[in-house]
Amino acid sequence: MTTKTGIGASVLRKEDARFITGTGAYTDDLSLPGQVYCVFVRSPHARAIIKSIDTTDAESSGGVIAIFTGEDLRSDGIGDLPCGWLVKSKDGSDMLAPSHPAIATTHVNYVGDIYAMVIAETIEEAKNAAELVEADFEVLTPVVDVATATTADQIHENVPNNQCYDWELGDSAAADGAFANAVHVTSLDIVNNRLIPNAIEPRAALGNHDAASGSYTLYTTSQNPHLERLILAAFVNVAPEAKLHVISPDVGGGFGSKIFVYAEETAVIWATAKVGRPIKWRAERIESFQADAHGRDHVTRAELALSGDGEFLGLRVKTIANMGAYLSTFASSVPTYLYGTLLSGQYKTPAIHVEVKSVFTNTAPVDAYRGAGRPEATYVVERLVETAARELGVDPAELRRKNFIQPSDFPYATPVALTYDTGDYEASLERALSLAKYSEFAKRRNESEANGRKRGIGFSCYIEACGLAPSQVALSLGAGVGLFESAEVRVDVTGSVTVMTGTHSHGQGHETTFAQVVSDKLGIPFENVTVVHGDTSKSDYGLGTYGSRSLVVGGSAIATATDKVIAKAKKIAAHMLNSTEEQVSFDDGIFKIPDSNESLSFGEVAFSAYVPGDFPIEELEPGLSEKAFYDPANFTYPAGTHICEVEVDPGTGTTEIVSFVAVDDFGTVINPMIVEGQVHGGITQGIGQAMLEHGVYDADGQLLTGSYMDYTMPRADDVPDFIVDTTVTPCTHNPLGAKGCGEAGAIGATAAVMNAITNALDVKELAMPATAETVWRAITGD
Amino acid sequence: MVDITITVNGTGHSLSVPDNTLLSDLLRENLRLTGTHIGCDTSQCGSCTVELNGRAVKSCTVLAAQANNGSITTIEGLGTPNDLHPVQAAFRDNHALQCGFCTPGMIMTAIEMIKDATEPLSADQIRAGLEGNYCRCTGYQNIVKAVLAAQTQLRSV
Ligand code: FES
Ligand code: FES
Repeated sequence: MTTKTGIGASVLRKEDARFITGTGAYTDDLSLPGQVYCVFVRSPHARAIIKSIDTTDAESSGGVIAIFTGEDLRSDGIGDLPCGWLVKSKDGSDMLAPSHPAIATTHVNYVGDIYAMVIAETIEEAKNAAELVEADFEVLTPVVDVATATTADQIHENVPNNQCYDWELGDSAAADGAFANAVHVTSLDIVNNRLIPNAIEPRAALGNHDAASGSYTLYTTSQNPHLERLILAAFVNVAPEAKLHVISPDVGGGFGSKIFVYAEETAVIWATAKVGRPIKWRAERIESFQADAHGRDHVTRAELALSGDGEFLGLRVKTIANMGAYLSTFASSVPTYLYGTLLSGQYKTPAIHVEVKSVFTNTAPVDAYRGAGRPEATYVVERLVETAARELGVDPAELRRKNFIQPSDFPYATPVALTYDTGDYEASLERALSLAKYSEFAKRRNESEANGRKRGIGFSCYIEACGLAPSQVALSLGAGVGLFESAEVRVDVTGSVTVMTGTHSHGQGHETTFAQVVSDKLGIPFENVTVVHGDTSKSDYGLGTYGSRSLVVGGSAIATATDKVIAKAKKIAAHMLNSTEEQVSFDDGIFKIPDSNESLSFGEVAFSAYVPGDFPIEELEPGLSEKAFYDPANFTYPAGTHICEVEVDPGTGTTEIVSFVAVDDFGTVINPMIVEGQVHGGITQGIGQAMLEHGVYDADGQLLTGSYMDYTMPRADDVPDFIVDTTVTPCTHNPLGAKGCGEAGAIGATAAVMNAITNALDVKELAMPATAETVWRAITGD
Repeated sequence: MVDITITVNGTGHSLSVPDNTLLSDLLRENLRLTGTHIGCDTSQCGSCTVELNGRAVKSCTVLAAQANNGSITTIEGLGTPNDLHPVQAAFRDNHALQCGFCTPGMIMTAIEMIKDATEPLSADQIRAGLEGNYCRCTGYQNIVKAVLAAQTQLRSV
């Protein structure tokens, strides 16, 4: 059914009413009676031994309630922050994970690492006291450069060469064989620049301890409250799971950075019991820069082997990935299972081998940021393919077409462990070429040249793996948690419905999309469906939102639970209609039997389920509420083509994006308006990486880009209107046919932009971000 | 401490706050008007934008004392879900928000931009006018669309 509010309709969002009237409830908007405030004292050094901490003066400062150091947590049995994915090196050994205390005890390892927490009556008093905490540091030489980290000083006692793991995937002999047979080899040195996520809402936490029951409540800016609860209970030992209630209320964007379990909320929730008062903390923006997990930061050498007629024969990739100072919650999985596995792209490259060394440096931890591994993989593949086309003098669209996996090849097993279920890459490419008016590009380029400007066009035919992943596959590869999703569809007595999901919405519009799915399936008004998320006491254990999983895994759980509701309702209806379950049909909210005018509405059946007069009480329990835990059968594989066209002013190096086309295949789309919005936002972040954003540390490990004055994100006048369209090949293995859309923009856009700029400048390599200065230097050779 | 008398969303308030209290803190903490958001400490994100004496200001950059005797409108003072201000409605109708965190500041900025314009604003002028407001979610395209739509409506009345 496609109605005005059903699957496929651009329904306006339910959540907007509170956001546009200023009545949303973000963590920092909440307050508890008697709350006090927390400020963290952070290391000014990138690497130092903590010789002593003197809190005497700070403790006597006005309004101070308590000051805690790492020793206080440790002696109270608070454990380290764990990494949830165990990656093995190619020799079979486990990755090396350094101890990661929430508050440092013996060493600080990056600028911003916490070594004390101050709790006071007011935020001002806490800040004043924090200034008075005296630490005696022995400053050590920091390790900052990722490319040379393995030969630098050893940061962590148990991690020789600062190497977390040395991982590989694919058949190296087959890849070497491909290169031996190659007629042409294209190679590139690629730096995937470090990014700082910068959700506009800073991270925050508000904790409370109820002494009578011994239970804790934590409000925090989390993309996955159940995981937060699990880790704080099972690994960090704050409290037993049953005594820990985590609520993630309205959250102002995440982009990955709010997946992780951080030091701050850990310390806050622990300390609430110590001081017997609710404690609030909100990051200042400088803390977001210093201590939110950063993204990307790879150094890569990549080579593509081609035959004489442009067939891809093999791909070899060697990457060094920066983990930062400690392993963040999912850091280890990003440059491995979310990166190496995607290096086949949309192509039939028969032999691929990738090696990834992950290293520690004295910088903020690095973890998943929008796309997480897949943008890095796309960047490698699509920069290589475009460069190969230029070197061979063939049309980059034609070279791609020639090597695409064809619709008849599905399911297609890549040489890097994935099996793509479905897709039509040429369809997206052709649509994008037509929207970008590719056939007239040469004419436009001549016009630009006549005006003294350089024009370039660039492609990116990306693929991503979303909806991570069959739990057993993930567990066998080192994941510490299953990756199913939970749902409960609770029908009310009057036939309205409350849906509980273990996913979390921080901008994605789940309250709307999920309501569309349920109202469509049940044939009830969209307004009668309410979606609840973000509260561990309301939803069953679920895994939260990241990796474009919410609709494909969470939505599938909701669809499955809804089907169970329908199945039970049919039994009830059969009884009420004096018929059999098999005879009852359900369509558009109406139960019918053949050759009869008698029918029942969904509401009538729901009523009977709770007021079971006319009800098969001997065979069925009363009530109408069903649960589902949906474990995906495979990843989903959204894919598409992005085409970027730029014009460069050679005098200043200023680059303008004159056109950006994105044609994506997300499978079945529930709400096109929301999907388009996700694409716009993703593309903008991808453009940000290509042209503006760069997290930079100097040789002393000081963060040079620690504020909005130094770290440049796209503003409204940095980006154009995007031309966005979709092609559809429904996912073959989930009930909605959906593939996920949250990350595609950020995955595809960066390579398209850089391919366009290098095309305009006629250079092979150009470092990101391609700021005006970088572009100008490339033009002038300065 | 400094004594302050202000009108916020039509309601008068007299209160005494520490001298260094920011207008944003007064609104959020003293008056519990939490629709005005704090996204940075360097006056660059615009999430905290409110109207002070008819001008859009970043309330994190104004001392509460500077607003003494002033009249302030915050996002909470614009419209209600059943009676939205045209800019609020345009944001909803054009999907100009995702997480909603930047939205109050965006709406306050947009209102002033439209009010100040003598001629209808072009999309480029709107983009330039949004320079002081960061949004990390939407890519701005739908915000521009919303401002264009709201301006059409507001100029016709
Ligand atoms: S909070 Fe005022 S500009 Fe960022
Ligand atoms: S809607 Fe999230 S920052 Fe603008």
